[in-house]
Amino acid sequence: MSAYPVPVEPYQPVFVGALKEQLDAVIARYPAKQGALLPALWMVQEARGWISDEAMAEVADLLDTTPAQVKGVVTFYTMYHQHPVGKNFVQVCTTSCCNLCGAEDVVKALLAETGARELGATSPDGKWTVIEVECLGACGFPTPILVNDDFIESVTPERVPELVRKYR
Amino acid sequence: MGYPQKPHPKETVVLSEYFGDPEAKTFKGWVKRGGYEALTQALAMDPAAVTEEVKASGLRGRGGAGFPTGLKWTFMPKEKKGPHYLCVNADESEPGTFKDREIMRWTPHALLEGTAIAAHAIRAEVAYIYIRGEFTEPWTVMTRALAEANAAKVFGGITIHLHRGAGAYICGEETALMNSIEGKRGNPRIKPPFPAVAGVFGQPTTINNVETLAAVPHIIKRGSAWYKSLCLSSPKSTGTKLFSVCGQVQKPGNVEVTMGFPLKDVIYEMCGGMRPGRTLKACIPGGSSVPILTREETERCLLDYEGVAEAGSLLGSGGVIVFDDSADMVYQIMRLARFYAHESCAQCTQCREGTAWTTKILERILAGKGQTKDLDLLLDLSDNMTGKTICVLSDSCATPVISGIKKFRSEFEAYITGQRRPVLVA
Repeated sequence: MSAYPVPVEPYQPVFVGALKEQLDAVIARYPAKQGALLPALWMVQEARGWISDEAMAEVADLLDTTPAQVKGVVTFYTMYHQHPVGKNFVQVCTTSCCNLCGAEDVVKALLAETGARELGATSPDGKWTVIEVECLGACGFPTPILVNDDFIESVTPERVPELVRKYR
Repeated sequence: MGYPQKPHPKETVVLSEYFGDPEAKTFKGWVKRGGYEALTQALAMDPAAVTEEVKASGLRGRGGAGFPTGLKWTFMPKEKKGPHYLCVNADESEPGTFKDREIMRWTPHALLEGTAIAAHAIRAEVAYIYIRGEFTEPWTVMTRALAEANAAKVFGGITIHLHRGAGAYICGEETALMNSIEGKRGNPRIKPPFPAVAGVFGQPTTINNVETLAAVPHIIKRGSAWYKSLCLSSPKSTGTKLFSVCGQVQKPGNVEVTMGFPLKDVIYEMCGGMRPGRTLKACIPGGSSVPILTREETERCLLDYEGVAEAGSLLGSGGVIVFDDSADMVYQIMRLARFYAHESCAQCTQCREGTAWTTKILERILAGKGQTKDLDLLLDLSDNMTGKTICVLSDSCATPVISGIKKFRSEFEAYITGQRRPVLVA
């Protein structure tokens, strides 16, 4: 018997069938295969919710680069998840302009209402992860938040319970 | 503003004419509004003639640096030896700036048309529009618009691709953006070589901002003389510019004015002024990377490249951040420093260490643990962060610190001497 736990399931590649075809079409847009790295990582994250080391190795292999290069990229860009996150991933802008307009209170309300309680943590029911982010580029509509791919403007602490109900 | 309210009578509406008009987002709607006529016209012109027209208009880059657009295009090799590329910088991430987002949300075809004209002018076959990862709505709108325009085969031999970023402010720096398109970490490159010599994929490349390119079809269609006539003050600054106004004003939003327009009218008239009982304390006129202006400087500032410089700051990206008398300048400057510390790519020591220590010292001052010598330390640190790194992120962090200490020193001192209650810094 092995001293180490055997993985429950072997890694299932992301890029098979239609997704492989989509990736090939994206690769064709760039004169070098590695150009398709950011789009490929987005595709992995959309399919799996996060980007595992195995997925990085798969992408590296498909784009003729190395797992180390891919990991370097994944860790550089803040939107790629290196571990699973809640079903609803909430990004709240708290930089200057939003900060002036009360963004920190929006964060507090979100942490309390979702049960995530701490920034970056996932709520016990697995549904919510809330993080603070730097400028979302919608400073005229404080406070903007992203819930997964939904961009929501002008969020106030008062609006938070209703928003959380909608996504729960 | 165009949305959600009607434009203010003092606005000069060129780029924002169709903001808030959902039909303008569609290919048919855009064509109905005279869209793609400029592209047809440009494609029939010699590339050099298109460049000349843009050069004559006086259009300057709207991303922040204000470099003359037509002149930039002339830097591309005269003799074509390999592929040329156009990169479009839609990585709008400068705190206080949200104009490119509105251009893409409401008038995606204006950007596509400007992109195709620029690509023709620099003889590029391929253009990459680099849209920041957080811009989910503009991404969807642009994707749909590109599919419609491709179906109508309007771009001649030019291919346009959208490329999605993944959360990195630094990718708004032109060479970092090119690395990001190449599938690398967004580290800025040492210049030279400049992009026109070796840009994306090592080939001659021009990079322009969204707002710059959205202005190009208007210049082609209405002529450089018309564009040049849009000027209220310095003849070196022509055309209209979108200013994103945010922070402590009654009606934040984008306003489009002719170059040379008074900043005080933008704040007090178009954006509804201060909240009741509040007065203006300070203003950052060109996105978070430029020096902070005092109330007096703000009120005499004219919005063009020369006017803002004369007032003591920079026009930058046109992101106007307004602070009223309730704002804690020390806290807000700390938030800005924290932003830069988070976004530093960490290649250069001065930036990696400087942004982090600037933040830590400011947090210490806010927590009531600062010493008088900390202000000199901050200034010394800022000096070491200015003009010494590959890109200007480090300088951008130092700028609000230097101008903040210079203009609002008493607020820093109040924390150090205990006159102001410490702030719990999260």
